Amino acid sequence: MRLMSIYRLRLQRKRLLWRAFRKRRQLVPVTQRMQGLRRQPILLFSTMRNERVRLPFFLDYYRKLGVDHFLVVDNGSTDGTREYLADQPDVSLWETDAGYKQSRFGMDWIMHLLRRYGSGNWCLTVDVDEFLVYPFCETRPLRALTDWLDSAGNRAFSSMLLDMYPKGAMHEQPYYEGQNPFEIAQYFDSGNYTTTRSWPLLNLWIQGGPRARLFFADNPYRAPALNKIPLVKWRRSYAYVSSTHMLLPRGLNLTYDDGGGEKPSGCLLHAKFLDTFAAKAEEEMRRGQHYAESHEYRAYQEGLSRERDLWCPRSEKYINWRQLEILGLMSKGNWA
Amino acid sequence: MSFGVVMLCHTALDRAAQVARHWAQAGCPVVIHLDRRVPDRDRDRLASALADLPAVRFSARIACEWGTFSLVRATNLAATQLLDGFPDITHVLLASGACLPIRPVAELAAHLAAHPDTDFIESVTTADVGWTVGGLNQERFTLRFPFSWKKQRRLFDGYVRLQRKIGFQRRIPDGIVPHLGSQWWCLTRRSLQAILAHPDRPRHDRYFRRVWIPDESYFQTLVRTVSTKIESRSLTLCKFDFQGRPHVFYDDHLHLLRQSEAYVARKIWPQADLLYRTFLTDAAAPTRLAPNPAKINRLFAKAVERRIKGRPGLFMQSRFPTARRGGNLSAGPYGLFQGFDELFQDFHPWLTRNAGVRVHGHLFAPDRVRFADDERVYKGGLSDSASLRDYNPRSFLTNLVWNTRGETQCFHFGPGDVQDIASFIAGDPNARAFIISGAFAVPLWRSNRPFPEIRAEAARLQKIESDLIARFDHPDTKALTRIWSLAEFVENPAEPLLQLLDDLNPRGQHRPADMPQLVPLGGFGAFLQDLRNQGMHPVMMGDFPANFDNAEKNLT
Repeated sequence: MRLMSIYRLRLQRKRLLWRAFRKRRQLVPVTQRMQGLRRQPILLFSTMRNERVRLPFFLDYYRKLGVDHFLVVDNGSTDGTREYLADQPDVSLWETDAGYKQSRFGMDWIMHLLRRYGSGNWCLTVDVDEFLVYPFCETRPLRALTDWLDSAGNRAFSSMLLDMYPKGAMHEQPYYEGQNPFEIAQYFDSGNYTTTRSWPLLNLWIQGGPRARLFFADNPYRAPALNKIPLVKWRRSYAYVSSTHMLLPRGLNLTYDDGGGEKPSGCLLHAKFLDTFAAKAEEEMRRGQHYAESHEYRAYQEGLSRERDLWCPRSEKYINWRQLEILGLMSKGNWA
Repeated sequence: MSFGVVMLCHTALDRAAQVARHWAQAGCPVVIHLDRRVPDRDRDRLASALADLPAVRFSARIACEWGTFSLVRATNLAATQLLDGFPDITHVLLASGACLPIRPVAELAAHLAAHPDTDFIESVTTADVGWTVGGLNQERFTLRFPFSWKKQRRLFDGYVRLQRKIGFQRRIPDGIVPHLGSQWWCLTRRSLQAILAHPDRPRHDRYFRRVWIPDESYFQTLVRTVSTKIESRSLTLCKFDFQGRPHVFYDDHLHLLRQSEAYVARKIWPQADLLYRTFLTDAAAPTRLAPNPAKINRLFAKAVERRIKGRPGLFMQSRFPTARRGGNLSAGPYGLFQGFDELFQDFHPWLTRNAGVRVHGHLFAPDRVRFADDERVYKGGLSDSASLRDYNPRSFLTNLVWNTRGETQCFHFGPGDVQDIASFIAGDPNARAFIISGAFAVPLWRSNRPFPEIRAEAARLQKIESDLIARFDHPDTKALTRIWSLAEFVENPAEPLLQLLDDLNPRGQHRPADMPQLVPLGGFGAFLQDLRNQGMHPVMMGDFPANFDNAEKNLT
């Protein structure tokens, strides 16, 4: 039985890899600027659509952390995203008009790029509204973290998705280009996350936060997963199973310690809830291209139509990574 | 000129060059040993970067593998060359390419000049070593290690196990008492020469060739046979984590390194620009702080503890212990009260006043979570939604206790509540459960509902409560549990109340000024008899006296 289930996982992994391989033709290269990169660059992979206004801060943020190159798939943007990205010296860009949903929400494309360009390197796979925070990120670049993970023999680094939201209605605080989104979305829920261990991928399944609190109180099972493993020293045989929530081979999901200790981990600050959100929710509902029949967006729309403020008197105001570590949302582990 | 430096390098050669230049310009000759496996191209670049310094030389190159004798051979080669080439040096410092002098070279020179005959080398007998990882300390000297630990781990481990099983042992040569210690030392010319030119050296080398990690024992052992004065501490600051890997220093450790008593620190992250800039320019010297090595120790000891023990009661993305390893443990003590709010009118404020705790209502009520002060969202963003709570009651409770660290949480519980959490609480050593069994019947009796309905409800609640008590009475229960039957309790309520205050707050010395008031129970005995007459069997209340009446009784 155990052998059977291990074999089934292998088949699943092969199937995912094959899917990604088949979808490679959907990607049309726009700019290729991978030449002349240093040895073992840190690469960032992302799929996006109509994110022009967010891009300058996003690229800047990760450049400062020490990402060497961005590999981006543009999924039919109409707002200048593609043109903007094509002008960036450290971005390699692909475009496609194929279905986002049919590509496992972009993961097939990303996995093809990971396999092709990421093997042997530390690869960060994030959305344009996810900002990685890790221990000592103010003073140590990403390279320090990956060097340390290398020396510790770690292949993957987990970073929980932390939903950030503003106080007051989203549309009252417009986001302007280049702005740090966390000047607006300053708040988060510090301690209402549920954690369970999932079988057979051995990953942790984390739910909770403001979305569960407000949008999924009646159906918590449906609340979005917040466990993410965005930073992986990629190998050709690896596969992301569902978004960046879990990986195959499943040993990569063991980014937690089950003996009582803490492994190092970070957080992905999620700048989803800005004034751009309402428009996005509406568009995604219309396109029906999102996860689980866009169930999530439907729930938001219902929630938003009731003009709910995500903020509550128990919301925590974001200060820095040390605060997140003290609150127990992430950990330094034995990195000192 | 007082001392020379042997540098063992294999990566980050530009940093090594920088440090070698620093030593040389301060008047210390340097011999660099470069791993054979470093490409010649890189060697040439390093050599040309240092070509202008006659005091920097390169030794013959050997391929080095961690844990093997090659490192000792490399050290011996370079040390011999250094001693022969620079006859006026009095000490030799062994450093790696990732070492950084964190105090001015002149200070180290002065220190060595003040101790001309002292060997600074950590050297501890195997019986007293506490830091070796993997359980190999004495066995390093008595087993054979033909397999690579890094590349052939399974063979390595298997062969060790086999030798242990058979009882095979190598004989330790006469005159050698195994000592271990940090491989970064500073020896006097006399001692080092005595080791290198020892008449028995071929025999020593032959023996140590098969010793595990000889760079931590070769000099540490032999120096005992030749030295006149050993100071068993390393001048190099080097901290190891729980897997035996050295901790790395980054720019943000600058402040910490300035408080170190050591002269050299290892390992420095090659891209720690600030550290290299600061310590390799002499302008940094005057800003040294008062030494505080305990602070450095504390930092790294805490890191190891966090990795091994973690923070009890925390469940998160990188800490999710199994039940045996703390998965059944919350972050701090909390109290469960069953039957108290049924039996007392003013228990809630009384407990808050006297125990210094936060008292919630029925946290596990079926309709919604009754937080203290009836809050809709509690600390950490915990929602009062029953469905969210029941989706994962364990997370709900551990989150609540974690979010309110430093303040004891108490809540009411009862057979009318959602019971899923009970087994977690029973297994949690931090739980304090106070249960008055049978108290659920009091509100039923006081309600004006039709008797058949009351009877059915009483039977249902009694069933649930007896299951709960069975769980708390189980031998596996780790919670501190106090169970009284209703009859026992009303007989003398003061004693259990004092006891629970004591359990919740063991250090509190106070005796409460007042006691909560029992609800009037005159006639409750008759009610129980009615239940019996209707065919139910109320057992949880104990032997409740039929004519009990507390209307006139005053508790003190």
